[in-house]
Amino acid sequence: MKRIGVFVCKCGTNIAGTVDVEAVVEAAKKMPGVVHAAEYTYMCSEIGQTMIQDAIESEKLDRIVVSACSPRLHEPTFRKAAEAAGLNPYLVEIANIREHCSWVHKDEEEATKKAIAMARTAVAKAARSRELEPSEISVEDRALVVGAGIAGIQAALDIADAGYEVDLVEKSSTIGGRMAQLDKTFPTLDCSACILTPKMVDAASHPNINLITYSEVENVDGYVGNFEVTIRKKARYVDMEKCTGCGICYEKCPSKVDNDFDEGLAQRKAIYVPFPQAVPNKPVIDRPNCRWFEKGKCAVCQKVCPTEAVDFEMEDEIVEQKYGAIVVATGFDLLKLDDFGEFSYGKHPDIITSLEFERLINASGPSGGKLVRPSNQEVPENVVFIQCVGSRDKSRGKPYCSKICCMYTAKHAILIKEKYPDTQAYVFYIDVRTGGKEFEEFHRRAVENYDATYLRGIVGKVFPDGDKLLVHGVDSLSGRTVEIEADMVVLATAMTAREDAGAVSRLMGVSCDSHDFMTEAHAKLRPVETHSAGIFLAGACLGPKDIPETVAQASGAAAKAIGIISKETLLSDPCVSEVDESTCTGCMNCINVCPYKAISEKTLEEKVHGKVVRRLVAEINEVLCQGCGACTVACRPGAMNLRGFSNDQILAEVDAVCL
Amino acid sequence: MLKVKTENLRSNILKDIAEISGENVADCYQCGKCTSACPVNQAMDILPHQVLRLLQLGMVDEILESKTIWICASCFTCAGRCPRDVDLANVMEGLRLTLLRQRDASRIKAEDMPEILSKGMPEQGVVSGFRKYVK
Repeated sequence: MKRIGVFVCKCGTNIAGTVDVEAVVEAAKKMPGVVHAAEYTYMCSEIGQTMIQDAIESEKLDRIVVSACSPRLHEPTFRKAAEAAGLNPYLVEIANIREHCSWVHKDEEEATKKAIAMARTAVAKAARSRELEPSEISVEDRALVVGAGIAGIQAALDIADAGYEVDLVEKSSTIGGRMAQLDKTFPTLDCSACILTPKMVDAASHPNINLITYSEVENVDGYVGNFEVTIRKKARYVDMEKCTGCGICYEKCPSKVDNDFDEGLAQRKAIYVPFPQAVPNKPVIDRPNCRWFEKGKCAVCQKVCPTEAVDFEMEDEIVEQKYGAIVVATGFDLLKLDDFGEFSYGKHPDIITSLEFERLINASGPSGGKLVRPSNQEVPENVVFIQCVGSRDKSRGKPYCSKICCMYTAKHAILIKEKYPDTQAYVFYIDVRTGGKEFEEFHRRAVENYDATYLRGIVGKVFPDGDKLLVHGVDSLSGRTVEIEADMVVLATAMTAREDAGAVSRLMGVSCDSHDFMTEAHAKLRPVETHSAGIFLAGACLGPKDIPETVAQASGAAAKAIGIISKETLLSDPCVSEVDESTCTGCMNCINVCPYKAISEKTLEEKVHGKVVRRLVAEINEVLCQGCGACTVACRPGAMNLRGFSNDQILAEVDAVCL
Repeated sequence: MLKVKTENLRSNILKDIAEISGENVADCYQCGKCTSACPVNQAMDILPHQVLRLLQLGMVDEILESKTIWICASCFTCAGRCPRDVDLANVMEGLRLTLLRQRDASRIKAEDMPEILSKGMPEQGVVSGFRKYVK
């Protein structure tokens, strides 16, 4: 005979405001198997937990039902409390009479009836609960970091410094990411490459970090502690051991291609290194643009290479590796401006995006750091900056604010004035957002000390007029429409997820939102974790953010990853499926529906009437199984059961409600 | 000085304009792009974004006395460029209709219809005349 204890929480007035908690307690006392029922204002508090523990002891309870808030919040609390009192934690059932009752109903009488029914259901389920023990999983003590921008580099350094091996995989031929493209960073105006390259060198030389550049993750299987990852190392056509990075090959290469690193403002060769401080500083051949691969002619690079490092026969290499934890830090892109014809982007070379501007003023950029108009190589007299292009736009762009543009535009205005005192910067804005340390002060310097003219109003159209660009806007504060003759127009373009972010999310097994930004487990309290155990996120792949936030998230994700790989074993959730082999007919319908590839075939040998008979049954990998229950539905003979949510428990719940 | 009165924010006339135009003036964050884009803004006394601001503050009378709502060419450039999806052209039409209905310039009466139609007025003219003047 079961001895069930029912504890009903008032949750202040959250539950008690709508549900008559005392009535629920009285009704519970009469339910089959219940020997004790009580209520308290805050069951999750220490007093409430002690109340439960005392009752377990004094009343010798062997099952607990807590009628309170969602199990998402306090199921662990009550399970721990029960365990501390000597009761198996899986003998605790939660009836959610808050989110599922008091918070969604207004009629007190009806709500109380429902709460009583929910308690009866939970009691019926608890009566059939069994003790469950989690199993142990082994843990690989190495981590994978996908993406080697500042987020990936920082995460890798933190994990490596903690003493663990890290593989840092990067799609392009060098690490560094977007930060390598920038000139100076706000608000300190540090040279971006100067603060980034030491970290790049650290990452390259750290004994625990393996740089795997020009490579992509192709497949991720497995689960926390035991991820099985397939990485494709793309053929570089340059032998990394022999290459010295002397650069003669790309000097002599005759093919020219638009350089992605310079946002298409300059060109590179088919055999190339993206930028001079690249790590590793060894070139790769861009096969589709290489004359040798296209037409079988040229091979000049091979001829001039002093160490015979060029090898056209190289092939992609597939590597399979196991990891305990993964950090995804794949970065961002800028919005394509096809839908913003009013700014004439693409129709005139002097109308550029903010990232293109960044390349122009960068000393290693296409104009050697001289701010010149792409059209005629002259220094511009008037530069107009337009904020919020594609951001805060629910009509044709992205509804969110891209966060960094107000700051980098102020930075651009300051940098222009420093180098070119005769050039004037105009900034058209809606609001100036400076929510960071020293950010507001930085922006005010741009206005007060660097003569940037800020106009509150957004530009309606930009169009070429002779040698100039006419900008039609409004200064809403003075209530006047304005026209400015600009030499250069810079569009602060919205930050977006990378084009392949959706595909990468699915590959990694993490969810993403409607803008393809990867989603964290909880926006407030779990900003770098995902709902997939063992996979963490850092940086702009989560959403628009600046460098300090990115680095903070990277270190946070690293700490989480270390938390996993530093353990010898992990405990797995015991609420998994189990097969009744005597009932299983071997139809394997379950395998078809299992999303975690947790079920396989097993051959049983049994003695039947003196003969040995072999038959197929399903076998569950309890570590891969996530307890979704799909197999229990697909199972035709009903051999599949979900521990903690067994068929007889569910039927008992239905009976409790209906009968 | 404008005395901002809560009852002005909730007036019937604002509700009518919202109903006719189908737009929620609260959506506008006053970026001014509509004004910048408007091809006839030079002839207006109150600028397009200012019209919306006055509506947000419940100051409809000032707008109804302006030249702006009649200078508006209904070209929809403002609506096309608005990042908040506010169809300002619709709001302008709502303002014009509100004014016309206030003046009660009902020039077409139902009983005159047969004669008007027989004189060759196109049906579109009839429908539009009714819609503008008759609530």
